[in-house]
Amino acid sequence: MNYVLRGIGVLATVGTLSLLAFSLPSGGEARGDGGGDDLMPRLTHKNWQQECASCHLAYSPALLPKSSWRRVMGGLEQHFGENASLDPATQADILRFLEANAADSGRSRIGDKVMQRMDTKAAPLRITETRWFVKKHDEVPRATWARTSVGSAANCAACHRQAEKGVFDEDTVRIPK
Amino acid sequence: MIKRIAGAGLMLLSAHALADSPANFMARYAQAAGVAVTALSPARGEALYRGEHPGKNGAKQSCASCHTASPKQAGQTRVGKRIEPLAPAANPQRFTDAAKVEKWFRRNCTDVLARECSAQEKGDFIAWLNQLK
Repeated sequence: MNYVLRGIGVLATVGTLSLLAFSLPSGGEARGDGGGDDLMPRLTHKNWQQECASCHLAYSPALLPKSSWRRVMGGLEQHFGENASLDPATQADILRFLEANAADSGRSRIGDKVMQRMDTKAAPLRITETRWFVKKHDEVPRATWARTSVGSAANCAACHRQAEKGVFDEDTVRIPK
Repeated sequence: MIKRIAGAGLMLLSAHALADSPANFMARYAQAAGVAVTALSPARGEALYRGEHPGKNGAKQSCASCHTASPKQAGQTRVGKRIEPLAPAANPQRFTDAAKVEKWFRRNCTDVLARECSAQEKGDFIAWLNQLK
């Protein structure tokens, strides 16, 4: 009887602890970025992946500084011409994740490279406005961006066929006609 | 103590089992609009879906601009990402999550109509989508 009760106690404790672990706000997890700037840091964060990726690729937080992400997340009601508003709790959760992994967080090689070319006070709203992005794409003619198969420079996956996996190296690029 | 733990477990399970459905949303929106469910109009819902409004750069826009002329087909966001079909017949995940439904009505009514949609309009809209076979 005693053992049975003790067993139930142990099970209840383990159950409560695991419930607690799953209900804690997800902080995101950096697991290294492969060392180059063709591979985005591998990150997981439920709200970032669910919310940001419902309309576009979940752009890596490492591509803009914290000050940019604050501007982006502070203006979701007019997000590049569309209403992308969120409830305050989800918005705050995503911003925390973006700040923790931003270009100037020192947590990724790619972020360091983005910052090397950034003015210290700059807080661009678009990744495509960063000098790092412009330099990386300087061989792509303007007409290519305008193709209907590409749509816009926001559509990474049009050419970077493995963008969803965070892979951006040149071998995986196929520019559509 | 044990009973209380078992009770909490049951409550968690039943919360999961009670997923929302298009019919639940129709009932809820009808109630909020102060009308009977039978007073919801699929025809008005379709008119809302196809209605054109002034958009960016002088172009006209409607729900169909992104969701295509047929809500049973997949659409595309402005930056080329796939939008799963809106009609429950083609996508059983639709209208099963209250937070999601309210979020997208809020965003998309503001974008397309430049105002929020009324409870009556939301009810009509789902009534139309839900009877598509």
